[in-house]
Amino acid sequence: MSHLELLNAAASNHWKAILPELLLGCLALFLLVLEIALPKKQHGVIPAVAIVGQIGILLGLLLKLYPSFSGQDTFSGLLHHSANGQFMRAFFLLSSIFVCILGTIALAKQKMPRIEFFNIVLVVSAAMMLLAQSNNFILLFVALETVTVGFYILVSYFRTNPLSLEAGLKYLITGALSSGLLLFGIVLLYGVAGNTTLPGSSIHSMDFTALHTFLAANPNNFLASLGIVLVLSGVAFKIGAVPFQIWIPDVYQGAPTPVTAFLAVASKAAGFSILLILTQGAFQPYAHLTTAVLSIMAAATILFGNIAALTQQNVKRLIGLSGVSHAGYLLIGVVAASVLPANLAGQAIGAIYFYLFAYLLASFAVFGVMTHLAGSNDADQELEHYANLGKTHPFLGAVLAIGLGSLAGIPPLAGFMGKLLIFVAAFKAGLHGLLLVAIIGVVISIYYYFGWIKAAFFETWSAPLLEDEATPRPGRTSVGLVAKVMLGSLAVATVVLGFYQGSLGVWLLNR
Amino acid sequence: MNSLPVDLLLLSIATPLVAALAISLGAPLRLAKGIAAVAFAVPALIALFLWSSFAGAPSHATYAFYTVYNTGLQAIGIHLSLGLNGISLPLFVLAGIVGLAAGLYAIQSNAERLKTYLVLLLIMQGGLMGVFASVDIFFFYFFHELALIPTFIMVGIWGGKDRNYAAMKMTIYLTAGAMLSLIGLIALYYKSGANSFDLIALRSALLEHGLAAGVQKYIFGLLMFGFGILVSLWPFHTWAPLGYGAAPSSAAMLHAGVLKKFGLYGLVQIALPLLPLGVVEWARPLALLAVVGNLLVIGFITIAQRDLKQMVGYSSVMHMGYAFLGLATFSVAGAGGVVLMMVAHGFSVALLFLLSTSIYHRTQTFDMMEMGGLAQKAPVLAAFFVVATMASIGLPGFANFWGELTIFVAAWKFSPLLTALSVTGVVVSAIYGLRSAARVFFGPQTEAFAKVAAAKPVTDLTLCEKLPALILIAALFFVGFWPKSISTQLNSALEVIYHPAPAVQAPAVTAK
Repeated sequence: MSHLELLNAAASNHWKAILPELLLGCLALFLLVLEIALPKKQHGVIPAVAIVGQIGILLGLLLKLYPSFSGQDTFSGLLHHSANGQFMRAFFLLSSIFVCILGTIALAKQKMPRIEFFNIVLVVSAAMMLLAQSNNFILLFVALETVTVGFYILVSYFRTNPLSLEAGLKYLITGALSSGLLLFGIVLLYGVAGNTTLPGSSIHSMDFTALHTFLAANPNNFLASLGIVLVLSGVAFKIGAVPFQIWIPDVYQGAPTPVTAFLAVASKAAGFSILLILTQGAFQPYAHLTTAVLSIMAAATILFGNIAALTQQNVKRLIGLSGVSHAGYLLIGVVAASVLPANLAGQAIGAIYFYLFAYLLASFAVFGVMTHLAGSNDADQELEHYANLGKTHPFLGAVLAIGLGSLAGIPPLAGFMGKLLIFVAAFKAGLHGLLLVAIIGVVISIYYYFGWIKAAFFETWSAPLLEDEATPRPGRTSVGLVAKVMLGSLAVATVVLGFYQGSLGVWLLNR
Repeated sequence: MNSLPVDLLLLSIATPLVAALAISLGAPLRLAKGIAAVAFAVPALIALFLWSSFAGAPSHATYAFYTVYNTGLQAIGIHLSLGLNGISLPLFVLAGIVGLAAGLYAIQSNAERLKTYLVLLLIMQGGLMGVFASVDIFFFYFFHELALIPTFIMVGIWGGKDRNYAAMKMTIYLTAGAMLSLIGLIALYYKSGANSFDLIALRSALLEHGLAAGVQKYIFGLLMFGFGILVSLWPFHTWAPLGYGAAPSSAAMLHAGVLKKFGLYGLVQIALPLLPLGVVEWARPLALLAVVGNLLVIGFITIAQRDLKQMVGYSSVMHMGYAFLGLATFSVAGAGGVVLMMVAHGFSVALLFLLSTSIYHRTQTFDMMEMGGLAQKAPVLAAFFVVATMASIGLPGFANFWGELTIFVAAWKFSPLLTALSVTGVVVSAIYGLRSAARVFFGPQTEAFAKVAAAKPVTDLTLCEKLPALILIAALFFVGFWPKSISTQLNSALEVIYHPAPAVQAPAVTAK
């Protein structure tokens, strides 16, 4: 590449466009500096610095203090900035703030190095934020690998716990396999789109715009179809869709609870933002293929997730499998968005975002309660440990009930509105079969969500303890101020968003 | 459209919810009781006031007090639009009055964790007022669910025997019913082309271009079975007696008395007038399920009950048969009879649940075989119970009589055979009603009851128990002696919204 070409390529490097990500990265480095510079006794402030710093970055995003590049491509088309990207940026930042707060609570119960946890979470979040704005397979893959490698460490973070290590290994193997599938798909697409004998071929076929042009010119190319299916499979691992859900129960159980929350919310949302970018953008000419593949996945995912969750006694496995079914409902939204004409597809995408946001609120509420109830063995969190929670900790009980109710899709909570918007979009798209499956799924899911609420609130008989016998369940951490504020606002937001969607609803649905 | 200075409808929904919030934020018990009493009284008073000023209020497409609020989902046609028409007005009043009675009964009940109990009841009350005040069919559904969720929790925590099983069963059945009806409502919204969940917009869109018969048939089917499960249509009724048997009294009063009417109200107000061709297809199977299933099969099962509360539960399932029969006739008279019956049944079944719990407090059992001779010790309770039983059987002078009579008249045109069969239902309900009164209150005292009475002297109804019961009895008599107070407005609303469908379709619905 000549000097001039380099200059030209660098001309569109608007570093200001990724200011939030850069700030996150700097914050991550700053934490390391603090760890060295501060005396050991004052290391307690480091998590606080991480949390406050992120809140600052998030506020900047919400108040629109960063220069706006909305609608533009930067970095030679590696990134495409859009309103959707902004939404997902805020989403990932918010979830990483919650993960950090949960992290401080969970790490206090372990003898573990503290600082690296926050460091990795910050880097992973920055990568997710880039992922949501990617416009090129190279960037997509690099960002996704950054996320995945970060998660390899996070999942096995409680390294003295065999289950955590087992989870890390399982996540490593399946994650590597999924990266392999994804990469193979990308390469196939790159290769076939670079074939100069085909119409619309391009040497820049890693770029989504160029790929879109090529796919539109070659509507029935076998290699391209294979590539698309492989890429979708790779993404399906991230969101835990059937048949790539097999890792979920073990990894969710073994991973530290805050990391499980991170996986359940942010990693899943990252998968969906990639899926939306691809199905709405590059893969749009192959909508018949993507809708067929994703429809089958959606139906299987909903049924598998809900049925498999029915018999779980470990709450981490339970919420993991219920998360699988949520991925299924969201997939219905993705399918609806690709089937509907452009003006209605916007509403379907809005529905997906609303669902994700409601899912974030509810999930962190539930995971927050789980973190408080976990003992020193983080993998051991059973339904029976929730006995009498409503009496001993009415606040945690109420938050748990609201969170689970929202996940179950019970009005007047936000989760219900998410499901409603998805169902309306699916109905408009004529997906009657998927709707039927979704309803069956919702009714099944009532059983296990309600079972969990039952475990926490309804009185059940248990054998009286012998004189010198300790309670079999781990002790419950008392709720600190920060956690109280976080859980309280999650619960309030879940209720309020169920009643009143206000300008968020207007913004999501008027597109 | 709204001539009132404040939106009283919104106030009637918000007051209980705000009170629930205030109590859950940690009001001391005495204050909580006071707040709850006020918050139950406000919707009842608002309902009565709106009822008295309804005739003079300006109306918008049959709806008086019509107001629209945006909640952020206007892009897909969801607005919080509130209003009352002749159909919803009586039910709104029913919700207010039964709510007040149930609330007062709960306040004096000294239940364990009374504050939480009151919070849940207040949420339920807010939802109930919202159900009948909503013109938007999405919010209509939404408020129903808001009221439904506390029921499950109350059954699970304060319920009687088998509460865990009952709560779970109720939850799964009712969620399935609610989901079916939700899909039906979404289908109606989308297929109508109105791009709005507002009932008025839906009606005008459908008047302009009706739906194809096939589409109407499947949407009506969804709504009929969805709402049907919620109203305990046979054979989807098994949750009801079990749930009511286990539910604490105030929750049972509100659910059986008011909330269950949601499904019927949805059919009267939404499904029948908007989907006339669908009704034609489904009228016969619906009538058959109602008469053979709800009225006869459940009627005989009710006779066999020993448990007082389960018997009341089964009787309420049975009485829904009349309502479904009235709906199947698809006529102004039939639908009017159904609304009248809903109001009457709401008062009487709430009264019966209230009194059975009061009986339980005196006998320590719901088993009617272990009671007897209670009338000597509690004459007022006995008198009230006999009144409630008479009303529930449908004796003239009580509201229930007018509802059932109108339904029978309308049903005769539809099918004389089914009408004849359903009239025998009155005899069946007389059998179990009078038998239960006789077993509990008259005859010799059983040994088991004598033991209980010896341990703790049996007293008559206290003033705090009498007050809610009297409210309900007064309402029953009022509607019984002056049904016109409801029927005038009801008729004029039905004439408007059932027009022109009945005239066109009436011959087709008549069975041989």
